[in-house]
Amino acid sequence: MKELRDAFTIASKDVLTEIRTREVLSSVVIFAVLVIIIFNFAFGSSEQAAGLVAPGILWVTFAFTGILSLNRSFILEKEEDCIEGLMVAPLSREAVYLGKFFGNVFFIILIQLIVIPIFSLLFNISFFNLELLLITILATLGFASVGTLFAAMAVNTRARELVLPILFFPVITPVIIAAVNASAQVLDGQSFGAIAQWLGVIGAFDVIFIVASYLIFSFIIEE
Amino acid sequence: MINSIEVKNLCRNFGSFEAIHNVSLSIQPGETMALFGHNGAGKTTLLKIMSTVMKPSSGSVEYGGQDIHKDSGTVRANLGVVSHRSFLYSSLTAYDNLVFYAKLYGVHDRENRIKQLLSSLGLKARMYDKVGTYSRGMQQKLSIARALLHQPGIVLMDEPESGLDNRASESLWQLLNEKKRTVVFTHHNLEKGFAAADRVMILSRGRVFFAPDGKCSLTELQDAYSASLEAA
Repeated sequence: MKELRDAFTIASKDVLTEIRTREVLSSVVIFAVLVIIIFNFAFGSSEQAAGLVAPGILWVTFAFTGILSLNRSFILEKEEDCIEGLMVAPLSREAVYLGKFFGNVFFIILIQLIVIPIFSLLFNISFFNLELLLITILATLGFASVGTLFAAMAVNTRARELVLPILFFPVITPVIIAAVNASAQVLDGQSFGAIAQWLGVIGAFDVIFIVASYLIFSFIIEE
Repeated sequence: MINSIEVKNLCRNFGSFEAIHNVSLSIQPGETMALFGHNGAGKTTLLKIMSTVMKPSSGSVEYGGQDIHKDSGTVRANLGVVSHRSFLYSSLTAYDNLVFYAKLYGVHDRENRIKQLLSSLGLKARMYDKVGTYSRGMQQKLSIARALLHQPGIVLMDEPESGLDNRASESLWQLLNEKKRTVVFTHHNLEKGFAAADRVMILSRGRVFFAPDGKCSLTELQDAYSASLEAA
């Protein structure tokens, strides 16, 4: 219970920092909108083109914007060695992981809430249904679990902006493939049963990586 | 004896480099020990191990008989750390920073405690300003407030007077004396460090070079320090 309370304290601090600075949201939203507009011009917004490429474009946009947000999460802790401040406080290393994970989930969902209506408008596709909501939430948990762990590893390297995508994308590929396929099937009007296998893939990935990241995080932040 | 410190045969290697070699020390509750040494002598590494941030290659550190890595939660709740860096979030206000740490340490009546500390250190008027707008000295004061927020029994400080004016230095030692604490600190100034400490220790190349049992004279300390520089 204390671990969860500490984790929420850390996540709330990250949210408060973002409210004070608006560094991540402003830049990430501008980037996301630009990516969507470029794809919209490249593929057109006809019904046929949208049906074919929209799920892929949406998840590529989420992956790119997610990287920007994840990168920032540990840079905050690196300035003035705040991560050491957390390490000398009476909380477990795992609580630090959970706190950063919750914070990242919050920011990625917030970005998605802004990006999806713009995407729906430009591609003339409705993304508001329960199946897509479920796919988005499950995939976001997978993004944040792996991303939080790798962001902690990358922050101690000199080329951290390069290291995080190099570590992150190969591992997160199964989630992106499953989310794109599941989203395409939902947009194609297929039943929940048809996407169940893809949801299973994302769900299994989430469980494995949340548990594994939680367990190995302490080895990554300790010198 | 909860605030006693026992360091036994501590070693820390970085690859083939021995940053700390076989360091042992024993500090009684309420004692203040000053650590001196040339640059790279191992003072910061020793404090990082003692503050549970870094694990030793071998050896142990116990506070009141509790191993700092086995009972880390209990140990950290009674530990205050002032480092080279402030551990403060520059985009948050001084008040936000202290509230955040007060929540992590489970400080009761945190509103009053925060205001009391900020008032003692002369920061109350700017408590709602972002830390990024603070001078180096003000950040150091706030870092001290952060470290003492939860009334720790053991305080570890790496160059605590760095950036502080004389008045702020006095406030620091007054705050430390508000209750009986065991304090270990490093200082670059032999005279000032000697005056503030009950006992002294000189490290050289990761080893204990000079560690008298009781209080030595300033001349003895200065001579030993000069010898340590020559040995390094």
